[in-house]
Formats: sequence, C-alpha cells, structure tokens
Amino acid sequence: MAAQLKARSRRFRFPELDLTLVIGIGILLAILLFALVGPSFFDPKSTNVGAFPPRLTPSGDHWLGTDAQGRDVLAALTYATPQTLKIGFLAGIVGLGIGVILGLVSGYFSGVVDTVIRTATDVLNTIPGIALLVVIATMMRSMTVELMALIIAALAWRYPARAVRAQTLTLRERAYVQVAKLNGVGGLEIIIKEVLPNLLPYIAASFVATVSQATLSSIGLEALGLGPQNTLTLGMMIYWAQFYSAILRNMWWWWAPPIVVIILIFVGLLFTSSGMDQLVNTRLRRIE
Amino acid sequence: MTSLLEARHLTKEFSTGAFLQKKKMVALENFGMTILAEKPTIIAVAGESGSGKTTLARLLLGIIRPSEGEILYQGKPLTSMSGEEWKTFRREVQAIFQDPFEVYNPFYKVDHVLTTPVAKFHLANSKTQVRELIENSVRAVGLRPEETLGRYPHQLSGGQRQRVMIARALVLKPRIILADEPVSMVDASLRATILESLLTLKQERGISLLYITHDLTTAYQLSEKIVVLYQGRVVEVGDVEWVIKQPKHPYTQLLVNSIPLPDPKSRWGGKPITQTTEELGSRIAKGCQFANRCPLKMPKCLESEPPLFQVNPNRGAACWLYEHAPTTESTRMLDTMPASSTTV
Amino acid sequence: MSDEVLRVKDLRVHYRTNSGPVRAVEGVSFNLSKGKRLGLVGESGSGKSTTALALMRLLNPPGRIEGGQILLGDVDLAKLSEEGMRRVRFSQVSLIPQGAMNSLNPVMRIREQFVDTMSAHDQRLSKKEADNRVAELLHQVGLRHEVARMYPHELSGGMKQRVCIALAITLQPKLIIADEPTSALDVVVQRQVMETFGQAQSALDAAVILVGHDMGLMAQFVDRLGVMYAGKLVEMGPVEDIFREPLHPYTQMLIQSLPSLEGKRFFKGIPGVSPSLLNPPPGCAFHPRCQMAIPRCSTEMPELREIRPGRWAACHLVEVRP
Repeated sequence: MAAQLKARSRRFRFPELDLTLVIGIGILLAILLFALVGPSFFDPKSTNVGAFPPRLTPSGDHWLGTDAQGRDVLAALTYATPQTLKIGFLAGIVGLGIGVILGLVSGYFSGVVDTVIRTATDVLNTIPGIALLVVIATMMRSMTVELMALIIAALAWRYPARAVRAQTLTLRERAYVQVAKLNGVGGLEIIIKEVLPNLLPYIAASFVATVSQATLSSIGLEALGLGPQNTLTLGMMIYWAQFYSAILRNMWWWWAPPIVVIILIFVGLLFTSSGMDQLVNTRLRRIE
Repeated sequence: MTSLLEARHLTKEFSTGAFLQKKKMVALENFGMTILAEKPTIIAVAGESGSGKTTLARLLLGIIRPSEGEILYQGKPLTSMSGEEWKTFRREVQAIFQDPFEVYNPFYKVDHVLTTPVAKFHLANSKTQVRELIENSVRAVGLRPEETLGRYPHQLSGGQRQRVMIARALVLKPRIILADEPVSMVDASLRATILESLLTLKQERGISLLYITHDLTTAYQLSEKIVVLYQGRVVEVGDVEWVIKQPKHPYTQLLVNSIPLPDPKSRWGGKPITQTTEELGSRIAKGCQFANRCPLKMPKCLESEPPLFQVNPNRGAACWLYEHAPTTESTRMLDTMPASSTTV
Repeated sequence: MSDEVLRVKDLRVHYRTNSGPVRAVEGVSFNLSKGKRLGLVGESGSGKSTTALALMRLLNPPGRIEGGQILLGDVDLAKLSEEGMRRVRFSQVSLIPQGAMNSLNPVMRIREQFVDTMSAHDQRLSKKEADNRVAELLHQVGLRHEVARMYPHELSGGMKQRVCIALAITLQPKLIIADEPTSALDVVVQRQVMETFGQAQSALDAAVILVGHDMGLMAQFVDRLGVMYAGKLVEMGPVEDIFREPLHPYTQMLIQSLPSLEGKRFFKGIPGVSPSLLNPPPGCAFHPRCQMAIPRCSTEMPELREIRPGRWAACHLVEVRP
C-alpha cells in the first residue's frame, strides 16, 4: 500500500518546460550577462564626453562608432544597460513589496484599514502614471538613478496592491484559514503562514509584470529629459541621441542600438511572464 | 449538573441589499440548547440548506456573533471572556468540516494541521514529544502514521483526510466537537469507519458531539437527541428514536419520507412533491414558516407562529396540531430526559 | 426488431500518463432494453463516471477508449466519426453530467439554452413553435413557463437540475445517461428531481443509465443494478435480488456498511483503501480488502459469470448454479 501511495506522490510534476519560458529566460540571461560582464571590456573613461572624436561611423576601433559627444557607443551601451536594469528591478521589487503588503493587510483585515488603503489605491490608480511621474520628476532639482527608482516605485505599487487584495479576499474565505483559526492562529500569522504561501505563484508572475512596467516608465521619463543627466542609461542614450538630432543626421549607430537592447529586454520579460503564467496556472490546477 | 456549552435564545439576522434596499434575513431564531459537562452526549442538528444549521455552527464556534441571545461556555458568556478564558474555549470546542480537501492548505503537508495546534497551545515541550503526540492522535483514528504523515493532502484519500482532521481535533483534547456534515463528501464504504471513530470519541473520551447533517439515517445511528431546523426555527426536537420513527411535525414527516431507503421494496411513498422551499421564495412574514407547503395546514397556521409544544416527555414539535400540549423550550427537550433508546 | 437499445461489449478506457496507463474501465459489458433503468454504482475510482463519459464519447485526452464496442442499435459508437457522434448526442443519447446545473450558460436565458440545443441539431422552428416546445418541456419537468425567461442564477439548485433534465429530453433520445444528478441537492429536492426524472423518462419510454454512489438512491429508482469496483463490473442483476442476496463480497460489505433506520447497531465499514488504477493488485482487485479471500484470489482474476439467469458476479467463491 505504501508503494501505491508513493506512485501517486509526484507533487511537482514539471510540465515540459514551455518554449516561451525558455526563450524568455534565455534572452534575459543574455542581457544580464551583457550588463554584468560587458563593462569589464571597456575603460569607463570611454563613456565620458569628449573621450573620442565625435560622430565616427562604426569601424574596427569603435564597433558602434561614436556619438555626437565623443563617447564610444558600444562602451556606453555596456554601461547604460546595467543602470536601466538596476532602476527597473529596484523599482519593481520595492513597488511589488509595498503593493503586496498593502494588498494583504487591506484584504485580510477589512474594515477601516481596508477602506483607507483601498480608496487611496483606487484614486491613485486612476491617475495616469506618466503624468504623476512627470510632475514629481520636474519638482526634483537633481536626479539620480536611485531617486528615479524610488519615484517609480512610489507608483508601481498601485496595481499589485489591488490585485493582491482581490486574491487575499478569496483566500481568506478558504476553509483552511478557518481551520487555522480553530488551531489558535492569530490574524497576522494567518496572513504570513496560510495566505502568503498560496499567493507566491501569483506574486512571482506579477513581479515580472511590475518590473516591465517600471522599466518602461523609467525609459519614458528619461526620453522626455527628466532622467539622471549625469548617468548613462538606455533611456538617457535615446534622449541624448534625440537631443543631438541623431536621426536627422542618420547616425543609426547611435540611436538604434539602445532601442534594440530595450526591445530585447521587453521581449525577454514578455516571454518570461507569459511562460510563467502557464507554469503558475498548471501548478495551481494541479495543487487544487 | 454544570453546563458546558449553552445557547440561550440564540437569534441571528443578516441584512442584505444596498443602502436603500436593506432586507433582513433571519437565519436562526430563538435557539436554545445545553450540553452538560458530566454527561457526554451526541446531539444531531438536522435540516436542509437554508435551515440555519451552518449559521448555528458558526455561532457556537464563536466565528460570528448573535444578533440576540447569548452563548455561554462553562457559565461565562463568550462576549465577556478574558483572553485566558477565550483560549480555553478555543481549545475545548473544536470542529470538523464537510469538505475534506478544502480544509488543507495545499502548500503544506498534512502534518501542518497537527503541528500547528500543538505549538499554539503549548501541548508539548520537545520535538520528540510533538512527534509522539501527533502520531498517537493519528493512530487513535485508525490510521498508520507512516502512511499518513509526511504526505501532501492530495496524496491521501478523502476518508484519510477526514480522519486526519478528526485527529487534529483530538490532539487538543477538546470537550465538544462540532461536526458539520463530516461524511457527506466521503465514499460510502469509508463513512461507517469515520462515524465509528466519532462514536468512540464520545464513548472512550467523553467528548460531546454536535452532529450537523441533512442525512437523517446517519443522524439516527449516531446521536441520542435530535433537533430539526426549518428556515431557522426549531420545528421538532427530542429523542432521536421518537423523532425519526414517529415524526410529529409535518416537515419532519416530509424529510423522513424522502429518505432514499436502501430497500427496493420500500420505495418513496405518498404523493410526489410538487413544490420546494426555494420556489416559494424566502421567509413569509406571518405564521408558521412551513404553512405554504404543509398538507395539514389550518387557518391558524397562517396567522401566528406556533411555539414548541411538548408532545410527549421525549420530544417537542412546533405545530398548531398539538396546541393542547404544554409549551416548552428546546433546551429542556435536549438535556433533561435520558435517552430512551438503547445506547450503542 | 429487438428491444435492446444498448449493448456494451468489453469496454476498455485508459488514461495515458507519464507513469503508465491508468486502467479506468477494464472490460465492462452490459445490455439495456427500451424503457428500462440501469444503475451503475461504485465509489470514486470505480470507473462509473468514466463509463458514462465513454458512452457519449466525451472523454478528454489523455483518456481514450482502448477497446470494446458500444452498440446503439447496429451502430458502434466507439468507432463512429466525430461528426456522426455529434449527431447522435442529444438526439439519440443524451447525458446529464455531474454538476450539470453549473454547466448552464450563465449569460443565456433558459429559453435560449433550449433553442441552442435544438438548432445545433438542425431543428429549425419558428419563434412561436420554439416557445411552445420550451413551455411543453418545462411543464414536463414541473416548472412554470415563466422560467423560460429567467437566467440560471435566478433558479434554485433543484430547478436548475430539472432544466437540465428537460434539456436532455428535448430531442426525445432513446437513452438518457445521468451522472450523479442529485449530488448537491437536499434530500427533499432530491426526491422531487428523481421523481420528475422518472416521469419524463417514462413518457418517452427511454432507457436510463443512472450513475452514482448512493445505494439508497439506486434502490429507489433503478430496475437493474451493476456494481463497479476498480474499473470492472463485479456484480449485476435485478435490484431487489442484489439487495436481498448480494453475491460479491464487496457488494455484501457495501450494503452492510449502509446506515439503516431499522435499529441502532454497530458501524461496519470496509477496511483498507481503494486500489490504485495504475498498479492494480494482482488477481481480483478487491482481494486485499476481502475477508473471504482464498489464495486463488490473489493470482487469478475472476470473470463476470452468469450465476443464474440474469444474475452475474465476478468472484471465485460464487459458484454457478445451473
């Protein structure tokens, strides 16, 4: 009989890993590698203004040429990418973290706490993010990467808070929460021990969405000129390219590469998110 | 005789609808019952959906508060208990639910529901003691620890899961267990075993049981007394032998006649049923709740609600047919009379 | 022209999984005559619901009919094309699935659900004709014609189930399969729904297969009963016979474990757990739990034999009486 029970005991039966997920993660890993290892190939001074003669077309010395301010474009790219990723991840994590906590608390406890949090979230949710970000950003006298991440995080929590609250409301009614109460478990402990573990697959999937959103917002802000002026990020490269009329001057080696990297990041995030969705849903179905 | 768990004039109303259209729905009305400390007993609460039996369970467990009336544990009202007293109540009054799957958090192994109460109520001092405690409680319900512990809920059968839930209730050494349809979602061949374990709880450990069900046959086999609820009201109450074998209230008669007996020679008798509660809409304002379905209705039934009449020493029925009898309360019908049938 | 509506021969259904085939139905055979009611009783994992789905060719992969025949008249449903089967469903064989009341389309009024079924089978009726037909069907199941204009959520569980019965008889099929039609219903509503179902069925003189786990319900409703265990039929016969003298040990223990209203007595459950369908025990699938097992039971699978005319049992201990 024990043998029979063992045969039924495959809990985490991994479905054939979705191709989308594999490709998505592959792309993201490649970019991560580029961002982490890339800069070691280049002297940071190559990214300074005036390091090289400006507007050089791609050649053996400068694979992607130089921009209107004399930076080696490829070097700039390898330094800019990790900065953009940093903003995206930082904002994503902080935003998600705040969102999850607020969502859990307001969903589980109801009453006044819920009403307050929910109203704040709903009101903020209706205001277009970009508009708020622009307003906040223009009020800052100087902008750094960390500050950008924080500003974006300040709004990135809105959507997760709402979504997590909805999930918590459902999970709160589950019979096992009832049993936990009978077992003498208190409110906060129930949230952490009983509700949160069942939210994890969901949180993992929405983490990717939050990071995408944060990255997009940061690039948007930078392209508008509200980004950190003294640091190179992918968005800033586009800003400078556009500022110095790179398109008119047909300097494709300057405006195209950052766009390509951005597209790759988003494709990677999209595929991963979609693939994770599949994984999460299959898991949920199997567990339930 | 000291009272252990007592319900006095318990009433619960829910309001539905939005601001201007608030409607009141009476889920339970004027329910009374006493479980005595010295005499472990099994009481069945029978009724269909909408009868208020689930509401009653939630009230008695302290999950929701009554609109009127009160619940006392060891003489103290739930609403005015100290932290210590509440913890004792929480420990000594336990429950088993209907769905043997939903009660488990799929994230954890089944051990989780056993180890949690041990930790929260400080029932053991060391890891080995904890292990010993939960293994013993699993054995007490007829399961083998090596085949049950360490597994995830979906790896066990419905019957096993339900028994682990009983083990969970046992670990706390409760004095009362509320069992809400504990076998309705379990296979027929496993039901008897689970009901057997519940019966031994009373016989060997002196735990009183409140068996909530819509299945009159298992109620008959398991319990000594029974309360029949209809639309939140007590319609018949008393010794299970009398109430089921010779039902006095027309609703109880309807229930008993509708039981699908496992005997092809006694098929459903009487006229086919034409209308059910649901089709006739919700509660009616005046008179007996069952009047509009009752084959024996009289004009009086539409005017005022019948109180509980003591039809014979062993039971009460809330029906104007018995108005010549003295009135009584469900509490009395449930605790004073010794069970008249031979106890198993 | 024989009276037999359905002849099932040696039906086999397997679910292909990574660990091997799960033998859900292993060689089930039975016949059913016009107007008669057959019950298939068994617990979870016995294969009764899978059989019902297989008869309608509604199995989802990885489930597959691996062998056997399902003869409706002269046509083998197991081998029919998907298009052919589509035309058979509802018009000749209809199914009231488990949880049927939850499968009513929530955004369609009741009337539309009927029209949907009728037009899917090329019945083109004018609005007036359709309305009349719907009213007639609702009346047959004891529902007022106003129900036609309602949405499913406005109806109670019992009413929804009766709508499902009406849907199943819309095209006047020869065979109706009902899979646990009253599982979520209260005992009074259950009786009403079953009585309604019985009346609707008699009016059509249709054959019925009632699949379930409630022996009490079987006793009240069916003419013949088949007991299933681990994917096989272990006993079959007229329902009174089976209750009066169950031959197979499983049937005996099952009936004994049923609580009764006769008098208080001990609870008698069946020890052990239901067998794995992935790795069934050798020989008779019930032998690990059987108190009368002999050595032969663990090596040789007993066949379903006709012990007396009309009475079948699959057990080594039961001898054929000529």
